[in-house]
Amino acid sequence: MSLMAAMNQRALDLGVPLSVHLDVTYRCNERCVHCYLDHDDHGEMTTAEIKNVLAQLSEAGVFFLTISGGEVLMRRDLFEIIEYARGLLFDVKLKTNAVMVREAEARRLRELGVDQVQVSVYSHRPEVHDAITKLPGSLRRSIEGIRFLRAQGLKVMIANVLMASNFSDYEGVQELARELGVTYTLDPTITPKMDGDRSIVSLGVGAPALDRIFHDSTLVGDVESFCAPPPAPGEDIMEGYPCSAGHTACYISPYGDVYPCVAFPLPSGNVRQQRFIDIWQGSPQLNEVRSIRAKDLPTCSSCAHVGTCTRCPGLAYMEGNMRGPSTADCQKSFTRTGIASANMLKKAQERSVGPLIQIQGLADRNSMPAHIS
Amino acid sequence: MTNSQISAKYIARSSAIAARMLGGEMMIMSVKDSTFFTLDPVATAIWQAADGCTSLSEIVATRICTEFDVSQETAMADAEQLAEELAAHGILLISDQPVAERPIPSHPTSSYSIANSQPPRGIQ
Repeated sequence: MSLMAAMNQRALDLGVPLSVHLDVTYRCNERCVHCYLDHDDHGEMTTAEIKNVLAQLSEAGVFFLTISGGEVLMRRDLFEIIEYARGLLFDVKLKTNAVMVREAEARRLRELGVDQVQVSVYSHRPEVHDAITKLPGSLRRSIEGIRFLRAQGLKVMIANVLMASNFSDYEGVQELARELGVTYTLDPTITPKMDGDRSIVSLGVGAPALDRIFHDSTLVGDVESFCAPPPAPGEDIMEGYPCSAGHTACYISPYGDVYPCVAFPLPSGNVRQQRFIDIWQGSPQLNEVRSIRAKDLPTCSSCAHVGTCTRCPGLAYMEGNMRGPSTADCQKSFTRTGIASANMLKKAQERSVGPLIQIQGLADRNSMPAHIS
Repeated sequence: MTNSQISAKYIARSSAIAARMLGGEMMIMSVKDSTFFTLDPVATAIWQAADGCTSLSEIVATRICTEFDVSQETAMADAEQLAEELAAHGILLISDQPVAERPIPSHPTSSYSIANSQPPRGIQ
């Protein structure tokens, strides 16, 4: 077990929130077509309130702090917040579109000891990127920002959210990342808006695109291993947890609302009304999330993919049941392996559309059976 | 630098790190290269006392030998080795003069720390 894995296990055993994602604002200078946030300011926490929360997080044992938004640089007190966080010895990662990062901002981030800056880039082509952000010139500005960050020696990661409109450009973004000397990560999942509106989910990539991604060794490494049929789950899998949300990690909104994860909008308390540690330890919602083992999932516990699926409990929650399947992850598991999920089989049976073969030959995996959605 | 020389040195915690106490061990990550360490309780005590103003020998005498079941000689040798290793990773700064370093909390601990008296294991 690596040191990091051992630390995660210890945090889990001790009930310590090792990682917190803190959004300091939902305001943004871009208007990305797929964004799940409302960009109005409904009463963000003040500088003093955020500092108070950071002190509480430090006391609670939080080590990894991701500061995000909205666009973090929309807050004039961002550097004051980061300086305070670094004084409390958090490992600070920042998410930004870098449009407002110039030399002075980059230098300040380096001086403050920010661990990593993640920048969203959707395409290497301005006409595609700017059409997604709805901010003319945004790709040029983001790339300039990345260059300023790199010139300071900061670690930068390009985050490439994939949709139908920019899917064909991901290799161009990979090449851009290489040219800039930064790391690259890809996310093919579009999450519903936090208010439950699912309309933006349709912007996401379909099965053929997922299939290409999952068979690209530059993204997944050993394709054969990545796409292998899932092994039979053991007891450790059935007794296991789906992810760190609510176990060693949580999310805090600009308004002080606490959720299990940024992608899991289950209201669990508010730091303006309660101490963070009281929410973390006593929230009925967080404790319910923590109580769920793989064996407790009514559909997924019987699925062949239960041990290897990337099932997101937050996406499942947004589909109506935190113990239920996440359709997007069912799709991924199927596309990756050619084996239909238990949820797919169940839906097919409910529609009474005839027999369904669960295990497909590799040659057939590009086409999902027409009666599975 | 030899071990006998370092004992007269002053040590200060670097500001280019992230750190937190977890279950009795200090987790430290170098911001420069993301190298990750954990310190056992004795190493943690030395790291926390590294204020840049207190010499290593004084730290050993006042913070280690009084709190842990270890001889002065053994503790000093372990402390010297630890300080050199941490300095090599940029986690500690070593100087023959008191070091002015950005003030950082000396006890960035969670409420979950567990006190014990394991022998020095240094960095892991």
